[in-house]
Order: sequence, then structure tokens, then C-alpha cells
Amino acid sequence: MKKTVLYDHHIKLGAKMVEFAGYEMPIQYTSIKEEHHAVRKQAGVFDVSHMGEIMVIGKEATEFLNYMFSNNIAVMTAKQVQYGFLLYENGGVVDDLLVYKVNDEHYLLVVNAANIEKDYAWLESHHHDFDVSVLNQSDEYAEIALQGPLAEEILQRHTKMDLSTIKFFTFDDVMIENKTYLVSRTGYTGEDGFEIYGDHDDILFLFKTLLVEHKSLLPCGLGARDTLRFEVALPLYGHEIDQDITPLEAGLKFAVKLDKEEFIGKKALNEQKESGLKRRIVGLEILDKGIVREGAEVYYEDHKIGEVTSGYLSPSLEKAVALAMIDKPYDKLGTTVDVKVRKRLLKSKVIKKKLYNK
Amino acid sequence: MKTPKALYYTESHEWVKVEDGHAYIGITDFAQSELGEVVFVELPEEGDEVSEGNEFATIESVKAASDINAPVNGVIIAVNEALEDSPELINEDPYENWIIKIELEDESQLENLLSAEDYEKLTK
Repeated sequence: MKKTVLYDHHIKLGAKMVEFAGYEMPIQYTSIKEEHHAVRKQAGVFDVSHMGEIMVIGKEATEFLNYMFSNNIAVMTAKQVQYGFLLYENGGVVDDLLVYKVNDEHYLLVVNAANIEKDYAWLESHHHDFDVSVLNQSDEYAEIALQGPLAEEILQRHTKMDLSTIKFFTFDDVMIENKTYLVSRTGYTGEDGFEIYGDHDDILFLFKTLLVEHKSLLPCGLGARDTLRFEVALPLYGHEIDQDITPLEAGLKFAVKLDKEEFIGKKALNEQKESGLKRRIVGLEILDKGIVREGAEVYYEDHKIGEVTSGYLSPSLEKAVALAMIDKPYDKLGTTVDVKVRKRLLKSKVIKKKLYNK
Repeated sequence: MKTPKALYYTESHEWVKVEDGHAYIGITDFAQSELGEVVFVELPEEGDEVSEGNEFATIESVKAASDINAPVNGVIIAVNEALEDSPELINEDPYENWIIKIELEDESQLENLLSAEDYEKLTK
């Protein structure tokens, strides 16, 4: 199993480690709830070095990526970040990712750890008509995410650069304690914050420095990362999106530009849009006592109408909620449905998928 | 990690305490620590039968659901209803906060269970 550069430090901090996408990663240090609330109210720092970094460079990098990617690369300016998908021809999702534009001939793709090899092979198998090179640089980068309302104030103490100039979904090279990092104002928690990339030693140095110097900052594991992203309906590959779910069904059409030129998956998504969606991701509030989890079946009267994709007792809302893929027309807000948990049917109500609002 | 001497243990991290022919069943300190914060306990009903190795309750932590198995056969004579509103009691004191109390069907089944010593070795 692979280890990130922060592994020894996680152990020193008393983290509970689990296997995730081939890496040994911290699931929690003290408690998922405590780490969750730290990010909502103060700040938390996550090791996300398992994420993949794929470089696309060459004269036709923009054209190539615009053909591969669901969002519109052509409108990006340098130092912008865009969210979107690599899609299969049938509209299913290869992966969801962030694209960082360095310049017209140089992009950095940040992809899910479990999908690095698949994404790389997918890009490799399609780039021969374009003047580009695709490089998997995942092992060269380490990454941490500094998230929460105090994130900017914390990081600002370590750099002369005015961090307020890095707006949401942009990035810059930032000198922090005399080392250079790539810093974007992005994240996976629904809070303000940064994702910070650097070489292994520099990220280890920064992770340690931030934790030593900021009492209000907690190290946070994958447990809290999942509850945080879940509450604000950020999709997780393999749950709300996967090869059999399209971005339209997942309610993510903001990252799919059907009016731009040709891209893989466009035809299928146009057809799906025209014929109308048959199902979509919704939120569920569980009215009966109990917690529903991924895979639980959802019923309307006695027929099955869908499945839960993620479910928790939400730490911020302090009630059981879920995201679920539900057939139309049962997706309407306020519809009463039943979720099957073991032998019981739990009465639930369809609500907006963004479960937590500030 | 606490492992009281007078109890019986299972490899799936339940404990049994015998008092006057009745048995209290709960989960171990090791189990609650592995689960993390308990947020919900799905309890069985009084009068339900439980049987060795089979699930009788489910404990939900923030992250996941875990089945709790009966170490021995019996009939439930009481469930710890305090856990309905305060599931976190399991984390606070897993040995004080039993889950069910049963009428033992066959006391000799206790001989198949682990001693505190053996259980400690298992969780090292």
C-alpha cells in the first residue's frame, strides 16, 4: 500500500489509518464530528496527497482538452480553475476533476486517486490526433487542503502575498516561508479555503508548520472530508456520479456546456436532455428514527424508485439525511417515500440536495 | 483499553456479564473506540429470541453501521432504552451501558467464549 509524505506525521498525531484508493490515509485524528465542526466554524487541514495530477502540454492542449472535457476550456484565462468531467460516449462519467490553466499550452488536471490510471489511459488513448503530451505527475506532487472560515487568515500569516487576490476558482504561485507552492481557492467542504500543491518535503514542512503555529487549526481526516462534502451535495465518484450516471442525472449540468463545440459524451447528453431525465439525485430527510446508508433502497408505496448514494447523521444539521438517485416523478420536493434499512422502512421526505446552507 | 476480568468476550467484540442466571450483553471498549462516535443504536424488542453468532442490534457510528451479534442463545428480557436518546453512552462507558439483558438458554455456551486475558491478546 502507498503512503503519502505525511504518513509518519499522521501516526505521530495519533490518526486512525485506513486504506483508501491504494493509500494508507487518516480517517480521523480525534473524532469525525469534532473535525467536521472545526472546518465549519474555524479551520481544518487535510492530507489530500493521494489525489492525482496529470499534466497536459503542447501546442494543441486547449483544443485537446476542450474535446475531452465537459466544461468550456476555451473561455478560461490563465490562473483559472474549472470543474468538470471526462465523459464516456454514452454520457457516463470517467471522472470528475479540476482543470488548472497555466497557459494555452499547459494545463494541470487534478483527478480522483482511485481513477488516476483510468483517466491517464483515457487521455492517452485519445490524444494522437492532437499535438500534445499527457504526463502523469501524481507521484511528484503532495497536496494539502486548508479549509474553513479562518483559512485565509491562517495562511496569510505565512506569506507576503495578498491572498485576497486569489479569488474563488483561481490559483497562483505563492511564496510561503520561502518555498513556492501552487495555491488555489478551491475545496471540497462548502467552506472558504485553499488547496495547496508542492513537492513532498515542502508540503510536509507546511503541514507541520501550520499545525504547530495555529491552535485553532485541526488536522482532519477522510471521515470529515466526506461528511463535509456530503452536506453541501458535492458529488463523490462512485456514489453520486459514476460510469452509469450522467452529470445531468447528478444535477451537475453547470459543469457541462452542451452549446460548445464537439466533446466526448455531448451527443448522448443532448439526447438525454431532449428525451427528458428519467431520474435524478435528490436530498432526503429521514423522518423516522434511524440512519440510511449508501445502497439502501427507496420505495414509493410498494415499488422501488431508487437508491441512496450517500447517507449520514449530518453533524451540522444533527439529523439523518441522505442523497439518493430517485426515478421521476417521485423526485418532486416534499414527496414522501420509504427507505429500507435492514428490516425496517423509514419514512422520508424529498428535499433539496444541498442539505446544509450557511 | 479496559477489559474487566469478570466478563466473557467474543472475537466480534461483544461482552457478556452473568448475574443470577441472566446475562447482560454489550460491546467492548476496543469496539467503541474502533467505531468512533456512536450516533444511533437500533435496538431489538423485549421477548425477541437471540442466537449465538447472529445479529440482534445495529450500532451506527458517524461513518458506518455495524451489526452486534449475540454471544449466546437466549430470550431478551430487557433492552437498554437509555441508548435510544443517548447512543453516546456506549462511548462513554461501554461496560456500564449494556444493550440487552437476556434469559440464558444454555449456560454451557459461556464456555465457548473468551476470557478477559484471551480477549486482550486478540486486540493487541
